[in-house]
Amino acid sequence: MAINKNSNTFTFLFATGLVVVFGSLLAIAAEGLKPFQKENLRQKKMLDILTSMGIEAERSQAPELFQTYNKQRILLSSTGEVISSLEGDIDPLNAEDAFNVDIKKEYRNFRGDDASKRRYPMFMFEKEGETLYVVPMVGTGLWGPIWGFMALKDDLNTVYGATFDHKTETPGLGAEIRTPQFHAQFPGEMIYNTNGDFVSIEVTKGASGPDNKHAVDGITGGTITSDGVDEMIRRTLTVYQPYFESQKSLSSL
Amino acid sequence: MSTEAPVVEEKKVKAPSEPLFSKKNRKLLSDPMDDQNPITVQVLGICSALAITVQVKQAVVMSLSVLAVMVFGNMIISLMRNMIPDRIRIIVQLVVVASLVILVDQVLKAFAFEVSQALSVFVGLIITNCIIMGRLEAFALGNKVWPSVLDGLGNAAAYGVILILVSVVRELFGSGKLFGFELFGNATEGTGLYAIGYMNNNLMILPPMALITVGVIIWIQRSRNRKLIEEN
Repeated sequence: MAINKNSNTFTFLFATGLVVVFGSLLAIAAEGLKPFQKENLRQKKMLDILTSMGIEAERSQAPELFQTYNKQRILLSSTGEVISSLEGDIDPLNAEDAFNVDIKKEYRNFRGDDASKRRYPMFMFEKEGETLYVVPMVGTGLWGPIWGFMALKDDLNTVYGATFDHKTETPGLGAEIRTPQFHAQFPGEMIYNTNGDFVSIEVTKGASGPDNKHAVDGITGGTITSDGVDEMIRRTLTVYQPYFESQKSLSSL
Repeated sequence: MSTEAPVVEEKKVKAPSEPLFSKKNRKLLSDPMDDQNPITVQVLGICSALAITVQVKQAVVMSLSVLAVMVFGNMIISLMRNMIPDRIRIIVQLVVVASLVILVDQVLKAFAFEVSQALSVFVGLIITNCIIMGRLEAFALGNKVWPSVLDGLGNAAAYGVILILVSVVRELFGSGKLFGFELFGNATEGTGLYAIGYMNNNLMILPPMALITVGVIIWIQRSRNRKLIEEN
């Protein structure tokens, strides 16, 4: 075979062939592994929700525990109206099921004027006789998305627990929002002041302390990530206000 | 022309094929372990050695990932070595390495989810690990498939040995554990060794300590293998 392997034609053909072959191989592999990866992510999400309520477990046990504690899965519109409220097993094909709503996608796809199209899931649990509400949230850190889950007690005011995670925050700085030390500041904090006004929980420098029930310490050297967490909590909880109010007036009757 | 005679002779030489583990091939495996160690002698791939050696488990998975990428990368490049146009050979190597790394990443995400989360971006960064590109360019491009596989195996194993060595030191003294097992008792509850005042060395968990540990390994290696010491 007299092929000049350094000719332009051969170079182009070789490059094209190579890319096609490797491209298809990767596509096949990615498609084939998708079900496993999806299942992992589903379990991780359940585990994160459970962790925010202080339930520790292995990831493989998460689905079972989730079912045990979960009482209701509620999906709200951006104005606080209930779109769906489900109990029992999660149907992975039901797009109206609060568990199946990917808030990261909602956050990314609907911006600006479309922000009102976002849907907001929340989960009601019963743990040791106590009713807990878990609110998922998503926001923007310094380099990429941050997200978390916050569990509120049945007064819909006191924080029971919270977890936060991130994709690409700086290790040692912003990435610290993922650590148990950061999460440990949240239990006991309150999102309403004594007058019943919504004040959220500030992530700030210095202002937090045992007296201040509405602030936690930010991360040193991770100011932008801390601000991101602050903004995320405030913005997300604001949307849930109407629902919280209606729940409270129900229970006070 | 007169080239026909030597060709016949060459075939004769080739006929009794080399044993799979001839002395030359064994050297391909053993050389990287000592005289040509990619980390301690060539000082390549240091970045990942610093980043993921806090826990032994991560180091093992990282080593296995690099091993897979290196062996298959060397094999594929060696198979194609007579076809690759010279002008785009680096790009071809990159495509091969990148594809393999993405494959490894996808497999980890599917079957070793926690580890893949802990390794996060570092799996992706295997692409930029100089050891891999170095071996592809320096060895696989000019050698037959079997020696290339051995070369990849040898270098990746040597990389892995150092990685695991460093991570053992760091996990043991940094968190008092090995593979997550608490060897010295529980630090927070103050049992075992901690009861008599032993404390974990927090510095071990920080990246600089990896550099120092690698430095110590280089020191020990050079004191045993004097021909590695530069003269000046």
